[in-house]
Amino acid sequence: MPLDFVQLAPELGQFALILSLCLSTALFFLPLIGAHYGSHLLMRSGPSLATGFFFFVAFAFFCLTYSFIHDDFSVRYVATNSNSLLPIQYKISAVWGGHEGSLLLWILMLAGWTLAVAVFSRSLPLDMQARVLSVMGFVAIGFLSFILFTSNPFDRILPMPPQDGSDLNPLLQDIGLIIHPPVLYMGYVGFSVCFAFAIAALLTGRLDSAWARWSRPWATMAWGFLSVGIALGSWWAYYELGWGGWWFWDPVENASFLPWLIGTALIHSLAVTEKRSLFKSWTILLAIFTFSLSLLGTFLVRSGVLTSVHAFANDPERGVFILGFLLLVVGGSLTLYALRAPVVKGSTGFGLFARETLLLGNNILLTIIMIMVLIGTLYPLIADALNLGKISVGPPYFNVFFLPLMGLLCLLMAFGPLANWKRTSGKQFLSLLWKPWVISLIFALLFPLFYRDTYEPLAALTVFVASWVFTALIADTLYRIRNGSTLVNGLKKLSLSYYAMVIAHAGIAVTVTGVGLTSIYTEERDIRMEVGQHVQVVEYEFVLNKLVKVEGPNYIADEAQISVFKDGQFLREMKPQKRRYLASGSTMTEVALDVGFFRDLYIAMGEPLTETAWAMRVHLKPFVRWIWLGALMMALGAVLAVADKRYRKAVKQDIQVDLPTGKLLNE
Amino acid sequence: MNKQRLFLFIPLLVFVVLAIFFWRGLSLDPNAMPSALLNKPVPVFELPVLPAPENPSGLVTANQELLKGRVSLLNVWATWCATCRQEHEFLNTLKAQGIPIYGINYKDNNDDAQNWLAELHNPYVFSVIDADGRLGLNLGVFGAPETYIIDKQGVIRYKHIGDVNAAVWENTIKPIFNSLQ
Repeated sequence: MPLDFVQLAPELGQFALILSLCLSTALFFLPLIGAHYGSHLLMRSGPSLATGFFFFVAFAFFCLTYSFIHDDFSVRYVATNSNSLLPIQYKISAVWGGHEGSLLLWILMLAGWTLAVAVFSRSLPLDMQARVLSVMGFVAIGFLSFILFTSNPFDRILPMPPQDGSDLNPLLQDIGLIIHPPVLYMGYVGFSVCFAFAIAALLTGRLDSAWARWSRPWATMAWGFLSVGIALGSWWAYYELGWGGWWFWDPVENASFLPWLIGTALIHSLAVTEKRSLFKSWTILLAIFTFSLSLLGTFLVRSGVLTSVHAFANDPERGVFILGFLLLVVGGSLTLYALRAPVVKGSTGFGLFARETLLLGNNILLTIIMIMVLIGTLYPLIADALNLGKISVGPPYFNVFFLPLMGLLCLLMAFGPLANWKRTSGKQFLSLLWKPWVISLIFALLFPLFYRDTYEPLAALTVFVASWVFTALIADTLYRIRNGSTLVNGLKKLSLSYYAMVIAHAGIAVTVTGVGLTSIYTEERDIRMEVGQHVQVVEYEFVLNKLVKVEGPNYIADEAQISVFKDGQFLREMKPQKRRYLASGSTMTEVALDVGFFRDLYIAMGEPLTETAWAMRVHLKPFVRWIWLGALMMALGAVLAVADKRYRKAVKQDIQVDLPTGKLLNE
Repeated sequence: MNKQRLFLFIPLLVFVVLAIFFWRGLSLDPNAMPSALLNKPVPVFELPVLPAPENPSGLVTANQELLKGRVSLLNVWATWCATCRQEHEFLNTLKAQGIPIYGINYKDNNDDAQNWLAELHNPYVFSVIDADGRLGLNLGVFGAPETYIIDKQGVIRYKHIGDVNAAVWENTIKPIFNSLQ
């Protein structure tokens, strides 16, 4: 009987993974040796090896996907994460629904970024490119060994494969989970490029403006992906976990938030290093930290040292492996840093109100916030290790420091774009910023008055912070185009990277508004709803018309049909469901949402009380969309910044200027 | 090496300290019973008893003294906990076998809890209302359901996290339970 591809796919995939491990090992050694001995041949092997590495990982990924699509339940990973009744789009997303497959996705992203470096960094000095690719190869070796030795997705259950799979976790059968992990991993893994650049800089000692300019687009891109990834995770939790929260300070959420905080510091610090050749050691340290925190997140999620709603099936062996790898990468790079980073000379090159000072403030605040989040996340672990007992750290701890520090950061943010490098006079700030200050203050004081009957001082504060950031941006833009003949001409002259900054900062203002106003104005009712009964939530009225049974492809559901009226006018019908999945027997709440720019209506079914009555959770969530809209704006900012022409132009000049001279660190 | 360079070793030192904690953390099970409470008496409490139409206890409040005298199970449950619903039927089976089970109704709504017992039957001798989770905190509860084995002197002898089903009962809890008789 001839073997067809379905039967062979797992073995081929496994073989492709082994080959890619071989290629990444070569990618680590050959270009590095070449760079050391000045061998052009070895240095030039980097891009080809990177291409091969990507090709074989992509092929392995394709093989696993193929096994999922064709329901090959003799593969253990497919049997535990899929089911023949599962709709096709979820069979594909189930590829990254568990530990092994999501690790493969991680590696695919890494291979993709490595390939991107090989393709887009042709204009870099050859030895720099060789070293960067070599570091990427090293990271790849770690993760490929991890997947092959501890978490192989291609393991078979033979000779007695199960008839059917045990189904994908119903929580994960959702559009949010199709796109959330790939985008998040793009962000996580993208910081490996900045890390590789930082290590290459430490190795060569070439740590100058050109280095910062090469790193910037990569850092910005990874940051943009991570912003969207985190927002998607929050959005998914909001409507799929079924309790209407959008952020829980859960260890796994924190694990993605930590690199975002330091990544934000990094993209700002890189700006200073590029423009003013300052903060060099600091920038390198941030680049190392950002990727280290990404690795730490991976360790925390997959090793079982912390309990979390997101935690993967845990295995101490895996924990030991990642910890070992973490020690090697982070410990090694920090040792290299300690030995090779330039020592700061005690000269101050900028004044009190300079843009450098403000960006330094940004960095310090973000680092403090990161450390506080890190402490909150790791405290249970540390307390346990010191025998202080089992402790969990809840949202009150995080909110107490996070909100004031974030508020302070936003207040400072308004000054940043207006400030000049080296020094800015206090008068300049005053003349440009008094109007935004007054306008924001008036708007903020009036807003709670008109929005709801009871006056919420915290809402005024939120609105003030957000509109302060926003109006200061407008003031800055107007100031910059003051010499343009017309408004349009002026706006045309501004660079793409300036627009990028404006949009990203405005995105922060939008997110702040969303977070603040949602937290303050959310109305929640946990109620018993009888058929025919009316429930009033502020200006909305909900009527339960009937309860029906609905059959889906792999579940049956109780569905409530609820009419919504606003001020007596019929608005729409909403249909929340309580689903029971047949294969696993687990139940899931499908929330009904009415999405709006200024408010979401949210209904989730609780428990059945009688034949005609259910416990229901009805929420009115004002401005909740703004949280994620802001994140999208930040990502758009990242895209625009990377698209700015000056990177491509500037790189060409640098090759001529910097290649021969290449300053040494300790000069 | 100049002095300023020594400062550059600080990040490395911080990381090494963290790594030691991670190493320790790997060998600790976050779900394991805190050793502090094992073989210690049940924490002191005085809490209202949940009114139950089926098999009422007649008590208005209860305290830790009432748990003494016989080997028993102390079960943490709540209506918001899906696993508790799965577990409940097996608790009814245990009650039918004459195993005394005390309940802690953890961070719950009283009406919901009473409806639950009316609908699914009441396996508990009594359930105390731990509305703010204070007793749960003292016991070191991670989440519902959790089940403790209490000996005749009111001392905690074992803690089980997750639902009690036939397998857990036969393999883990019953042997300890019987050894304490």
